[in-house]
Amino acid sequence: MKIGILALQGDVEKHSHIISDLGLESMFVRYSDELNEVDGLIIPGGESTTLTKLMNKSHFHKPIKKFAEKHPILGTCAGMIMMSKNVNHHLVSPLGIMDIDVDRNAYGRQVHSFVDKLPVRLNGDTKTIAATFIRAPKITNIGKNVEILAEFNNEPCAVKQGQHIALSFHPELNNITLFHKAAFCNKGSLKQRESSYAA
Amino acid sequence: MSKSNFEVKVGLAEMLKGGVIMDVMNPEQARIAEDAGAVAVMALERIPALIREEGGISRMSDPEMIKDIQKEVSIPVMAKVRIGHFAEAQILEALEVDFIDESEVLTPADEHNHVWKHDFKVPFVCGCRDLGEALRRIGEGASMIRTKGEAGSGNIVEAVRHMRKVTSQIKELTTMGNDALMAQAKELGAPFSLVQQVAKLGKLPVPNFAAGGIATPADASLMMQLGAETVFVGSGIFMSEDPASRANAIVEAVTYYDDPDKLANISHGLKKAMDGIDIAKIPEEERLQERGW
Repeated sequence: MKIGILALQGDVEKHSHIISDLGLESMFVRYSDELNEVDGLIIPGGESTTLTKLMNKSHFHKPIKKFAEKHPILGTCAGMIMMSKNVNHHLVSPLGIMDIDVDRNAYGRQVHSFVDKLPVRLNGDTKTIAATFIRAPKITNIGKNVEILAEFNNEPCAVKQGQHIALSFHPELNNITLFHKAAFCNKGSLKQRESSYAA
Repeated sequence: MSKSNFEVKVGLAEMLKGGVIMDVMNPEQARIAEDAGAVAVMALERIPALIREEGGISRMSDPEMIKDIQKEVSIPVMAKVRIGHFAEAQILEALEVDFIDESEVLTPADEHNHVWKHDFKVPFVCGCRDLGEALRRIGEGASMIRTKGEAGSGNIVEAVRHMRKVTSQIKELTTMGNDALMAQAKELGAPFSLVQQVAKLGKLPVPNFAAGGIATPADASLMMQLGAETVFVGSGIFMSEDPASRANAIVEAVTYYDDPDKLANISHGLKKAMDGIDIAKIPEEERLQERGW
């Protein structure tokens, strides 16, 4: 299993540490043809306006959407914004990989960024983690095929649709591996990928 | 101050990695910066090249100007305070700027003390010329370090000197045992615990960015190859002939800093860069990097 980390801009490095903690190999992806070399993709936090600009210049939109049909994608913060269907800002062109609408910077400016305890429901288990929200986005609308993994103040902040996971916060800043594990170490999705390669 | 608060502050610095932070003097320039893909803007009344030209005391920017820029763009807005001027910092925190630069570009307010940055919820970035200076600022609570370079000079030579110095000093620490580290901490004038931490990590405990004299995509690439994790561009964009194309080019150059073919392409047709100054022609007492310790 080799996991790509979209390395156009953002906190790429912290994600690579989590991937190596899970015993997987990671690779920085800066050219769209590098998607052919990986089995899953992380879209990290950063600035979604910057990510949009660089993704447009390097023609990433179509290849990532195609990649998402077969492979899992995990997005944190700006990564979640990029995975969404609709965003409240004209400079951001989301990929529409997940059926969610998102508001950027919805918790306020940096002085309102915070860490808090968050109960997460994943594969029938509930675990409480420390979640770091940094100028974080909010999910304002979710489609019926989207599963809520965690809520903060009764609003969804961690969601799953098919093999994809999107988070408002940054597990990679607190060395939390469970979302990366759920996205990339799941036996079911691995089997699915093997069969898609065969086809 | 709780550990989690410091982590949240460093967290924003992590998000800015691989990006370009641009100095802007009004909402129109901020618009150009955001459209070009800047990860943040630094709101200041006079960019360093103009401060050099015009002289006089440089202070924190007018809150109204900062607010106008905050209204204009959705990316983080930073602003500068004079070295040691904690009251200016309190005002910037009340304005909810996203990052404060305690900067040698403004006229220092205190010749002995820098701001005690642990007291603030808003994160700080500070300049350095060597590892000792970087670790003193981190000890005071800085969440991000940048090279000082020589702001407003359009000359990269000082930023290169400072980045190379920090990198080689870090490398030296990684080869030392605890006994030598204590002697080195004394030499550097830096807190022992931070010296130990750097020796173990082989890097600064907070993100390390480049600033001071970056004027071209090649300058940005050079600083990234020397170990910078992001670049600040002060006068380099808005003192050039075509700011929008230059801003776009530098954003792309930071992402593809190690791809010469791409950089050759990016560097095409940018019109004239800002005029630069030979550092030897700047009298020592006028060098901004000499401010602070």
